[in-house]
Amino acid sequence: MTPIITTRFVNLFYNEFQALKNINMAILPHTVTALIGPSGCGKSSYLRLFNRMNDLIDGVSITGDIMVDGEMIYNKGIDIVELRRKVGMVFQKPNPFPKTIFENIAYGLRVNGVTDAKFISEKVEFSLHQAALWDEVKDKLKKSAFELSGGQQQRLCIARALAIEPSIILMDEPASALDPISTAKIEELIYELKRNYTIVIVTHNMQQAGRVSDHTAFFYLGELIEFGDTKEIFTNPKDKKTQNYITGRFG
Amino acid sequence: MNFSKSNVRKKELKQWMAFQVFRALSILVVVILILILSFITYHGISVISWEFLTSMPEDGMSKGGVFPAIIGTLCLVAGSMIFAVPIGILSAIYINEYTKASFFKRFIKLMTNNLAGIPSIVFGLFGMTLFVKTLGFGDSILAGSLTLGLLTLPVVIRTTEEALKSVENSFRHGSYALGATKLQTIRRVVLPMAFPNIITGVILSIGRVSGETAPILFTVAAYFLPKLPTGISDQVMALPYHLYVISTSGTNIEESRPMAYGTALVLIGIVLIVNIAANALRKYFSKKVKMN
Amino acid sequence: MKKFLKKAVEKTIEGVLFLSSTITTVTVVLIVFFLFREGKSLFQSSPLEEGFVLAINKENAVVDLSSNQIKNIFDQNITNWSELGGKDEPIFLFRLDDIGNYYTDEELGENLEFFPQKTNELIDKSAGIIAFFPKKSIDSNFSGKILAIENVNLYKFFSEKEWFPTAQPVAQLGVLSLILGTLWVSFGAILIALPLGLATAIYMAEIASKRVRNILKPLIELLAGIPSVVYGFFGLIVIVPQIQSLFGLPVGETALAGSIILGIMALPTIVTISEDALRTTPKEMKEASLALGANKWQTIHRVVIPFAGSGITAAAILGIGRAIGETMAVLMVTGNAAIIPHTFLEPVRTIPATIAAELGEAPQGGLHFKALFALACILFIMTIIVNLTVEYISSKRKNKTSH
Repeated sequence: MTPIITTRFVNLFYNEFQALKNINMAILPHTVTALIGPSGCGKSSYLRLFNRMNDLIDGVSITGDIMVDGEMIYNKGIDIVELRRKVGMVFQKPNPFPKTIFENIAYGLRVNGVTDAKFISEKVEFSLHQAALWDEVKDKLKKSAFELSGGQQQRLCIARALAIEPSIILMDEPASALDPISTAKIEELIYELKRNYTIVIVTHNMQQAGRVSDHTAFFYLGELIEFGDTKEIFTNPKDKKTQNYITGRFG
Repeated sequence: MNFSKSNVRKKELKQWMAFQVFRALSILVVVILILILSFITYHGISVISWEFLTSMPEDGMSKGGVFPAIIGTLCLVAGSMIFAVPIGILSAIYINEYTKASFFKRFIKLMTNNLAGIPSIVFGLFGMTLFVKTLGFGDSILAGSLTLGLLTLPVVIRTTEEALKSVENSFRHGSYALGATKLQTIRRVVLPMAFPNIITGVILSIGRVSGETAPILFTVAAYFLPKLPTGISDQVMALPYHLYVISTSGTNIEESRPMAYGTALVLIGIVLIVNIAANALRKYFSKKVKMN
Repeated sequence: MKKFLKKAVEKTIEGVLFLSSTITTVTVVLIVFFLFREGKSLFQSSPLEEGFVLAINKENAVVDLSSNQIKNIFDQNITNWSELGGKDEPIFLFRLDDIGNYYTDEELGENLEFFPQKTNELIDKSAGIIAFFPKKSIDSNFSGKILAIENVNLYKFFSEKEWFPTAQPVAQLGVLSLILGTLWVSFGAILIALPLGLATAIYMAEIASKRVRNILKPLIELLAGIPSVVYGFFGLIVIVPQIQSLFGLPVGETALAGSIILGIMALPTIVTISEDALRTTPKEMKEASLALGANKWQTIHRVVIPFAGSGITAAAILGIGRAIGETMAVLMVTGNAAIIPHTFLEPVRTIPATIAAELGEAPQGGLHFKALFALACILFIMTIIVNLTVEYISSKRKNKTSH
């Protein structure tokens, strides 16, 4: 299987500060990869490389090769908008727009030029099904998204990302602001989505990484310390630092 | 150290006194406001009638109404808003959404602040030299509106900027992550969210424009012109200038007094309506967003 | 192709946005350009009435006179040439209209065609004469001496006290009394507004309940919204007569009336900005003070007010700036006498009021017109200084709060 995301010798700087050092990694399609590590280790910065969200921050510079779906995404002439359509993202805090539930999901379609109303409404329903939210919201599609609970909002954001048919979904601590029940639902969802999508998830929660991911990468102070099979990493880490982190000795 | 009870009591007494002073001074400010409003309302209310609002001034402006001045002020408000609102909003969008924290951004902000601080009489002189003379518009609604528009531009820019700033970045990022372009994000996410605050700012600047006198002195205002404008190159009367004229330099100041009270009340009425509308709107929209 | 079009649209719109954002800058530049072009030309003009000359006897040792000296001569405050460094000779004033006192109509001719000749004759035979007459009436055999009048200069402009731009034969263009009048009234305004405004700000930010604050806030906004003519009108009808009867003055239009009205007008600026400044005090700082046993008032005056100090200063300066530039209200209540005030109970005249009152009567391009623009330049510079100072204070403040 050829990897869908490959990074080679990637460095990332915030002005003078080096947030990522020489990261080499390959992510396979239809897998869930968890990025773990203590706060400030660079895992979120790494995740945000893949849809170039780091571009929005002042003073960021990046070196190295990042290939997503066969394209060097930091090359000149790359269409960032197209890239972001292909690589969906779910944020730490649910951030639905102040629009109706329906319009939130239709948004991605509309900005990408879809005008066919029938197609949009089908797509909205399908995405909500995929995000396991349909039954809860089918009667209030015209209501404001803010009326949903935090967990529902986050699943709405996932549905919103799914609607534009990405091949990769990036999740930046998607359950950190949620209660345990909502978290469980999101994790279930991630497991379901794996069949059709490649998922990269940043998490603080060791158990979560252990439960949902196939592969795990451990970051520490901007370096990729260890990357491998989740089971392997959690039961038999090769590096001392990984072991310390997983057993809760720091972080 | 001594933590005696009398010490504590003294401390509390001091606090009590200080708070009473602050309360009293705050009440004084409110009393001043109420005094001004009630004085003008008391004297003006008997003058206000449908006839006063809809007829021409007569008898050296000591009788009749203020209709042309109301229409003139409306024309100037409309004209200046047509100019200042779009440019102000576009400008704020550029400053807040496109420029990064750079020298350019700081420079533009500095210039906007400077423009806001320039006295209105200087705007009047500027409007006269540029619009009335250099561009040859003459004393006209066009020249007056542009001058007033420039005067309110910084207000519109500033309130719009504040409104845009209050839209959290997570909404922008959410939109970008779905493949929206910058423009789509601004148009479909940022602007709709900022809209209530922008509109409140615009309404408040309407209040300001309708009361300005100095900028229109030499660009549009007519001393006495008992007819309605037919186009943007006509001169008009305006409420604030009319009040100035009949209270200081009319042909018969004493006899025009009731007219002056009436005009002042109309002006205050406009300001009151504008402020109440802005506040009501703010409340209405903040309730709507509270669903968050 | 579609993509290209989309990009082109985005770029075009970005361009439009950029252009809009430069409008404020362009306006400031244009204001500077027009104001200073017109204002600067004042300093290349003679204060003498246009088309006229001043001539003296050829024996007279005096070669030039300042505009102030000329005014004193024509006001008959100076009556002897010796006071001006000339010979001991009484000054003999001669104006165009005086010609009939010396020559009959027949001598001057039907259409005054002999006026130049006769004037020349008069100048030639009177040792102490100073004659003011049109340039075009200078005789072809003119034997007198044309006085050199020095142009208006910056030093005189700022140091002379008298503002009388329509004076004949020379305009008196001293702005000192106007500048002092402006500062005087503004300073008085801030003396009234600062304690009142600051107290209200502290009350709103720290003492009042949220409910009370929600009532006060819109009222303050309303105070800011009332047009300046309405304040002027209120001042004219209520405050001016009160001052007149209270202090037993001949007129109530005084600096005090201006200061009171401007003080009320500056209140909202001071309240809003100082309240914002007070609110930026970090909660931890206040809690730390309270935890040490300080009560609320001690916390306010030992922690909150010092922390907001620079913000409060900025509020005061901005308040002064507003007061300096305010036109209509001041015009209506201060009496507009161009004299240097010695007490608050005298009439004064401010720069903006002068411009508003006189521009309508000043012929365009004339000396008076230019002088009013020069005044506007001074006003502009004053307000820019105020703005930059506030900008400087608030940028320092930002550094402080971000650490």
